[in-house]
Amino acid sequence: MTITEVRDRIRSGNSTARAEVEAAIERAEKAVSYNALLSITKDRALVRADAIDIRLRSGEDIGELAGVPFIAKDNMLVFGTPTTAASKILENFEAPFQAECIERLEAAGAICIGKANLDAFAHGGSTENSAFGVTKNPVDATRVAGGSSGGSAASVALGIVPFALGSDTGGSIREPASFCGVVGFKPTYGTVSRYGVVAMASSTDVIGPITSTVDDAMLVTKIMAGKDEKDVTTLPENTMLRPAKAVKTYGIVKEWLEGVDSEVKIATEKAIEAIRAQGHEVREVSLPTLHYALAVYYVVVPAEVASNLARYDGIRYGQRVEAASLSDLYTDTRHAGFMPENKRRILIGNYVLSSGYYDAYYKQAAKVRTRIIEEFEKAFEQCDVLIGAVSPVPAFTIGERTDDPLQMYLADVMTVPASLAGLPAISVPITPTRAGLPIGLQIVGRRMADVDVLMAARDIEGVS
Amino acid sequence: MTLDEFHNRYIVTIGIECHVQLKTATKLFSGADNDARGAEPNTKISPICFGFPGVLPVLNREAVHLAVRAGLAMKATIPRLSRFERKHYFYPDLPLGYQITQLAEPVIVGGTVETRTPDGIAHIVRLHHAHLESDAGKLTHAGERSLVDLNRAGTPLIEIVSEPDMHAPAEAKAYAKTLYQLMTYADVTYGDLYHGNMRFDVNVSVALKGASELGIRTETKNLNSFRSVEKAAEYEMLRQAELLDAGESIRQETRGWNEAKQQTFTQRSKEDAHDYRYFPDPDIPPVIIEPAEIEAICHELPKMPGQYRTEWEELKLDSSVIETLLSHKEFAELIAVILERAGREHAIRIAHWFASSFSSSDDISPEIGNFEADKFIELSEMVSADELSSSAAKEIFTELLSRDISPRVVAEEKNLLQVSDVAAIAEVVEKVLADPASHKAVDDIRSGNDKAIGYLVGQVMKLSQGKANPALAQKLIREKI
Repeated sequence: MTITEVRDRIRSGNSTARAEVEAAIERAEKAVSYNALLSITKDRALVRADAIDIRLRSGEDIGELAGVPFIAKDNMLVFGTPTTAASKILENFEAPFQAECIERLEAAGAICIGKANLDAFAHGGSTENSAFGVTKNPVDATRVAGGSSGGSAASVALGIVPFALGSDTGGSIREPASFCGVVGFKPTYGTVSRYGVVAMASSTDVIGPITSTVDDAMLVTKIMAGKDEKDVTTLPENTMLRPAKAVKTYGIVKEWLEGVDSEVKIATEKAIEAIRAQGHEVREVSLPTLHYALAVYYVVVPAEVASNLARYDGIRYGQRVEAASLSDLYTDTRHAGFMPENKRRILIGNYVLSSGYYDAYYKQAAKVRTRIIEEFEKAFEQCDVLIGAVSPVPAFTIGERTDDPLQMYLADVMTVPASLAGLPAISVPITPTRAGLPIGLQIVGRRMADVDVLMAARDIEGVS
Repeated sequence: MTLDEFHNRYIVTIGIECHVQLKTATKLFSGADNDARGAEPNTKISPICFGFPGVLPVLNREAVHLAVRAGLAMKATIPRLSRFERKHYFYPDLPLGYQITQLAEPVIVGGTVETRTPDGIAHIVRLHHAHLESDAGKLTHAGERSLVDLNRAGTPLIEIVSEPDMHAPAEAKAYAKTLYQLMTYADVTYGDLYHGNMRFDVNVSVALKGASELGIRTETKNLNSFRSVEKAAEYEMLRQAELLDAGESIRQETRGWNEAKQQTFTQRSKEDAHDYRYFPDPDIPPVIIEPAEIEAICHELPKMPGQYRTEWEELKLDSSVIETLLSHKEFAELIAVILERAGREHAIRIAHWFASSFSSSDDISPEIGNFEADKFIELSEMVSADELSSSAAKEIFTELLSRDISPRVVAEEKNLLQVSDVAAIAEVVEKVLADPASHKAVDDIRSGNDKAIGYLVGQVMKLSQGKANPALAQKLIREKI
């Protein structure tokens, strides 16, 4: 199901916003066993749908997404439903304001019907860290949907809605998209406002769409993109409005095919052949500093995570565990409210920022991060886009890796570099495994060349 | 230990950190109202003051502007680039779990403050730096419960960190007073000490005279008057010296000030010190201040106390008069206006009136009225025109400080206008000289004892109910004798 199909049905009078919203909610309720959603905002969605239908009948031009239902990741503040970030500590937290990305989509007529499951506070790559249970993969329910935007990817793959929103800090849009066989786009850092999204790591958090086609990803991103006065890290220019440049040279990143599963490698090579067959130039490039990207990521990001989670103290909102002393109140509240993976990252983050270790870890990681950015810039002197695998493996089985956090972190090895450098990156489905498990191809572009990345993705979409 | 005993053997070293709340319209990183004076708790807040998920800081450029003004007032350097960092600790008055502050790259670097102790001696205190940061909220303990008010959370502060350049409690007090003057003259704060607009942390260490290293220091926090800065420094200096005399060592610690007992007390020792885990705030890009902006702020900076002092020294005003005038910006500005409008004679006379009505050692009371220069000039002109005696003028001056009224009306109301009409005074003189009680004085004057004229003038004043012009009266008496 694509956005254009739904929109055109409504515009032509063959359907209504209410009918689309009701149908989407019905599909969501039928697919409840996948645990893709944490809440459904039925009342608010229907009120909005009726309002849009009235305006449509009176001939008003409401916007490009008039009546199109969507699902937001549950770390985005949306009216009419709690925003839990899949955590106990925010279980009943009702947002007093809305995320800017939601505001912009609603202004274009889109209707949020529910909130998607995620790893608590977006920490993880499988939604197994959700306080409310794992999301199952629509292709094979014994497997994970990926994460942290697992609920969003599964919702689109299940056909509940034509698009869902995810957030990507180190691969959290791209990896679940690749596991579920849908398109997941992480725009350039600063393209979409982070205002109203529960922060994970402020310097790499990016909001983006999960869709079934590249065109839909482009459409949704274009609507959300652009300067927001409330987020001073947003770019002054809406780069989604830039004209597309012809993508001529593809760089295959050697490090992004190292150590990958054989079926992932075969699928990726097949995709490369298809690109060649289209007449594009393909050359191999090496970015040796990428070997350090994962280490850098797991220093910088936990530092920001520990800091951003400090506000959840049970004092002003959220779950509180009453205790005899202030210190116990903090400890008990945070102990009960956070998942083990949250605590692990808080510990790592506090460790790397503590006095005596700051220079050796955080400062050093910041320097290597700069080197990675420079190495990308050099690679983009020779290539228009860089390609490689998204994840070293297809969707793994539920519980397979939960006892081994390091193994879990290794799954991020090919997605974190673009996050550290703030570059636009997409996961687009290519040939699945023999068993039918989806595989994604990762395309990474120059900073602010989001349109080029999407154009390259459109070229490969459905071809390989 | 007496102060003399202390000074015979020890030397004290004092450094001061001063927090100044800036008078911006809105908070440092949100659009919430920054003026919470008299407001109900938790009514001057926005989502960021409350530490909600998804909030992001947007830097208030007005705060940067005022910080630059403050920096220029302290003759400091303003780097082109400064940066905000996060300082982490858990406390209920800190909604985000970290304070947004500056560490490695502050907005104000270096600078000097010139102070005067009451003995008239000038001291130079160097500044290490001053940084911009957001204030925390306020916690009120009510029995078993503690109540959080976040109205103040996010108010912009600058923290001014001095070098340890002071060596006497009086110097510490003079420094605190001078900072107050600089900040209020530069118009960056409301300067209401009672409400904590400026708060001082005093670092004190003591060493034997001639020692090459400083002693271990303590930090006494949250002093909000010049007097308590001096008293806390003095208390700490003597306390530490007594410990050293007893062969004990000083614990590096944070101390509080008990105003009722005039004593410091232990709050937190170094072992309990937080590891604040500073790192650059990823939500806030570096602050860039271009030289042109600094230049523009330099031009808008009002006249500073040092400039007034130079001008007034040319008027031959005593240093005690000058210091009193400088202690309130309103006085200084008023005298400047009077000097410009009415000239030296009136400015000097009015300056003395102010100096004798206010003491420079007063801690600042927030209610200094709005003075109109013209009323004081009018009063001074009445003195020059012999319409008022100097004592009558002083009486009216005091009245003008508390009432919005014309000096002439007060003079008439109190019947203080001098009579300078020759015929009227001559009539009174006749009466006095005709009085047998005056004969002795008249004889004395005739025989060369001129002092006796004072008695006769006094009698004229008495009979005229103080309204006769004494100089004229004297002249007429001499003519008659």
